Amino acid sequence: MLNKNPAWRYVLVIGMLLLALVYALPNLYPEDPALNISATRGGTVAEQTRLQLEQSFRAANIAAKSVVLEEGQILARFNSTEDQLQAREIASQQLGTNFVTALNLAPATPGWLTAIGATPMNLGLDLRGGVHFLLAVDMKAALDKNLNDMVQTFRADLREDQIRYRNVQADISRGQVQITFRSTEDLTAAEAALKKRDRELVFSTGSDNQTLLVTLSENRLKEIREYALEQNITIIRNRVNEIGVAEPLVQRQGADRIVVQLPGVQDTAQAKEILGATASLEFRLVDTDGDLAAALEGRVPPNSELYYSRDGRPVLLEKRIMLTGDHITGASSGYDEYSRPQVNIKLDAKGGSLLSASTKDTIGRRMASVFIEYKPGTEIDVDGNPVLIKQQEVINDATIQARLGRDFVITGISSPAEAQNLATLLRAGALIAPIQIIEERTIGPSLGKENIELGITAIQWGMVVVLLFMAVYYKAFGMVANIALVANLVLLVGVMSLIPGATLTLPGMAGIVLTVGMAVDANVLIFERIREELLEGRSVQQAIHHGYDRAFATIADSNITTLLVALVLFGIGTGPVKGFAVTLAIGILTSIFTAVVGTRLLVNLIWGGRRVQSLPI
Amino acid sequence: MQVFNFAKPLDFMRLKWAAVVLSAVLVLASFTSIAINGINWGLDFTGGTVIEVGFAKPADLAAVRQTLTDAGYEDAVVQLFGTSRDVLIRIPLRPDIAQAEVGDTVLQALNSQQADSVTMRRVEFVGPSVGEELKQDGGLAMLMALLGILAYVAMRFEWRLSVGAVAALTHDVILTLGLFSLLQLEFDLTVLAAILALIGYSINDTIVVFDRIRESFRKLRETTVAETINDAITSTLNRTVITSLTTMLVLVVLFYMGGALIHGFATALLFGIAVGTYSSIYVASAIAEILGISREDMLPPPPVDKEGEDIDAL
Repeated sequence: MLNKNPAWRYVLVIGMLLLALVYALPNLYPEDPALNISATRGGTVAEQTRLQLEQSFRAANIAAKSVVLEEGQILARFNSTEDQLQAREIASQQLGTNFVTALNLAPATPGWLTAIGATPMNLGLDLRGGVHFLLAVDMKAALDKNLNDMVQTFRADLREDQIRYRNVQADISRGQVQITFRSTEDLTAAEAALKKRDRELVFSTGSDNQTLLVTLSENRLKEIREYALEQNITIIRNRVNEIGVAEPLVQRQGADRIVVQLPGVQDTAQAKEILGATASLEFRLVDTDGDLAAALEGRVPPNSELYYSRDGRPVLLEKRIMLTGDHITGASSGYDEYSRPQVNIKLDAKGGSLLSASTKDTIGRRMASVFIEYKPGTEIDVDGNPVLIKQQEVINDATIQARLGRDFVITGISSPAEAQNLATLLRAGALIAPIQIIEERTIGPSLGKENIELGITAIQWGMVVVLLFMAVYYKAFGMVANIALVANLVLLVGVMSLIPGATLTLPGMAGIVLTVGMAVDANVLIFERIREELLEGRSVQQAIHHGYDRAFATIADSNITTLLVALVLFGIGTGPVKGFAVTLAIGILTSIFTAVVGTRLLVNLIWGGRRVQSLPI
Repeated sequence: MQVFNFAKPLDFMRLKWAAVVLSAVLVLASFTSIAINGINWGLDFTGGTVIEVGFAKPADLAAVRQTLTDAGYEDAVVQLFGTSRDVLIRIPLRPDIAQAEVGDTVLQALNSQQADSVTMRRVEFVGPSVGEELKQDGGLAMLMALLGILAYVAMRFEWRLSVGAVAALTHDVILTLGLFSLLQLEFDLTVLAAILALIGYSINDTIVVFDRIRESFRKLRETTVAETINDAITSTLNRTVITSLTTMLVLVVLFYMGGALIHGFATALLFGIAVGTYSSIYVASAIAEILGISREDMLPPPPVDKEGEDIDAL
C-alpha cells in the first residue's frame, strides 16, 4: 500500500497556514507613539483643528509621522515618546478644555493589512502598562438611602390621607421602616392606603399590633441594586472618556462590581480622583430682571451669578438654590402625548415639599439646572498632577408651568438623544451609591515593555531547545515535527490576532512557551507508535498509516481533558489568568491540527508515495 | 535514537505497594508542612499593597526601610526583586489607613526622601474581600477541574481508572502545595493558574497510559492484570519520558528567562510535571489495579478506531 493524499488537502492546509500568517503579520510592526484628540460632550473635531495642530507641531519642530482626522477624532503619530509628550503639551494648550488629548500607542499596521481586518493581538495591561481598577458599589448605602426616603414618603402620604400615626422611623439594620400607631384601626387604614400607593411594599405587623413593619419586595430591592450599578457605570464611562484614555474599558462584573481599565495611564492618583470625584446638580431660578450685557462686562447683580450653558450662551441665575440634586431619586427620558421628548424627574419627599414651596410663587419664571463637575485642567500642581477645575454649566432651563411636586417633567427638549443625555446628567448629579476601590493594579510602561521582551526571549529559547531536541532524537521525522511546531506558532498568533476577545498577557506568553513544549507530544506519540509498528514487522507504509490512526484516539482523549481545564481556568480567572486560559485553549487546538493533520500530509508527501525500505525515525 | 528499548515489559507493578507507601508519606508530609508552616499566600489572596520600584543604581534597602518607617509603614517588607536595582515593597492590610492610597503615598515618600528618584514599575492593591473571594474561587476551580476529569475518564474508560487518575492528580496538586509550603514560596494567582494547568497536563500522561492499558487488555489474552499494566506502561515509557523532558526543558527556559514575575509559575509546573510523570505511572495505574480492574471491565470496546478514520477523512 501507499500513503497518498489528494492535492486539494495540501491546498487547504497550506491555504490555512498562509491565512494565519497574513493575520499574524501585523504583530511584527512596531507601534507608533500617538495622540488621540477628540471633542468633549458630543462636540466635533473639524478639519481646521487638524490643520492648526499640524502647523503648531511644525512650528515646535516636532516631526509628526502623520496627522489624520478619522471617525471624528484626530490621530497624530510620532517617531518617539519624547515627541509624543511634547506634542501633548502643545495640543492641550492650544485646544483648551473642549478637547481631550489622550496618549496612545497606534499600531503601525500597513494599510493593505488593515483593509482585510488584520490587526495585532490585544495586549493585556501587564504588557502595555496602565491601570486596572476593580470598584465595588456600596449597595448598603443605596438601600439605606432608600429606607430614609421611604420614611419621608410615608410621613407625607399618611398626612395627606389624614391617618394619625405616632412615629415613623427607619430600622437600617433590619432593612425595614417601622410605623407606630395609637390604634389597630389606624394601622389597618394605613396599610391599605400605603399598599394602594405602592404595590411593591411588603407589610407585617409587630407583636403589639400597633406597629406596622414595611419592607421592600425582593423585586424592588433588586431594581434598586441594578439601578445603583447602572448609574455608576454610566457616570464612570462619562468620566473616563474625559480623562483622555485611548481604548478604556468600563465593564460590569458580577452583581456589584465594576472593572475599569485605563491602558497607558500611569498617574493613578489623578485617575482615582477623577473616578471618585462627585458631580452635583442644582436647580436655580433664572434672573430675568438682571442686565445680562452689564453682567458680561463684569457688573453682576449682587443676588445673581453668571453661568454659561453648554453651547456657550451666558445665563444669569439667582444665587439662591431652589433644590440640590441629592433629592433626585430618578430621572428618565420619555415622550409626552405629542411624542415630543421629555425628561421625567422623581424627587424624594423632602425634595418634593422644597420644590413645591419654592415654585408656589414662581409659576411662569424659568428654572435652570446647573451641573457641577470636577475635571482635570491644563495647570499642574506641586506633585505634577493636573489641578481639578470646578466646572459649572447650565444643562437646561425651562419655564415653570405649574407648582411642582415630587414628580415633574422637563419638556421642550430638542431631540430624544438630548433628553437621554439630560436624564443621565441629572442622575449623575445624584449618585445614590458611592463606589470604593477594592483592587488596583498599575503596571509602569518600562515593566510592560520588559515583560514583552522577557516573554519573547523565553518563547525563542524554548523553541530552539525543543527544535534541537526533536531534530537530534527523531532525525528527518523530527524535522517534520519541527516544521509543524513553527506552523503551530504562526497559527496560534494568527488566531489570537483574529479573535477580538483574545488578549495576550504575561502568563499567556508563558502559556505559549508551555504549548511549544507540549505541542510535540502529539508527534512523539505518533512517532513512537510508528517505531513500534515497524518493530512488530509491519511494512513502512502500514506502520505510518497505523501509527497515525492509533495515536489519534489517545491524542484526542488527552487533549480534551486539558481543554476542560482551560475552560475552568477561563471561567474563574481574571485578567492575566484569563489570558493564559485563552492561549492554552487555542494552543491545544492549533497544535492538534499541525501535529496530526499537518505532519501526516508532510510525511505522506515525503515517504508515502514511494516504496521505501526504512524510515529515518 | 531511543531512550529505552526493552525486550520484555518491566515489572512496574511489583513496586506498587512501595509506591503507594511513598506517595502516602509524601502526601502526609505535605499536609504536615501546610499545617505547620502554612502557605505563603501572595497579595492576590491576602489583600494588601505591593509596590515594585526601580532604582537607577543598586538599591540601598536600609534607606528604603527607613523612608518607609518615617512615612508610617513600620510593617512594610522590603526586598530585592529579580535584580539589585528592583525593590519590592509589601504593605499588609491595616484597618487604620485608606488602603487604596498606600501606593501613591509610598511612591511620594520614596521620591521626596531618596537621593535618586525611583521609577514606579508596578503597584498592586487588593482589598480584603477580593482576596478571600479569589481563594474560594480558586478552590472551586480546582474542584471543578478534578470533577470534570473524573466524569470524562469514567465515561471514556472505566470508573476504577477514573478514580486512579483523579487520585494521581490530587496527589500532584497536594505535593506541589507541600513544596510551596515547605520552601515558603509565594503562592499567587499565577501559581494557581500553573496548578490548574498542571492538572490539565498531568492527566495527559495518565490518559496515554490508560489508553494503552485498554489496548493491551484486548491484545494480550493470556496475561495477568499486572502483566498487562506493565506492558502498557513499558511501551508508553519512551513517550512519557520524552514529552516530560521537552516540557521540562521549556519550563527551565521559562524559569531562567521569563523574569521574576513568572518564577512561581515555572516552579510549580516544573515540580508538578516531574511528580506527575511518576504519579501517572505509579499512583494512577496502581490504584486502578488495587481497586481490582479486570479484562472484563474493558469490554465491550468503545469504538476507538473510528475516530482515527475521522482524521483520515480530513
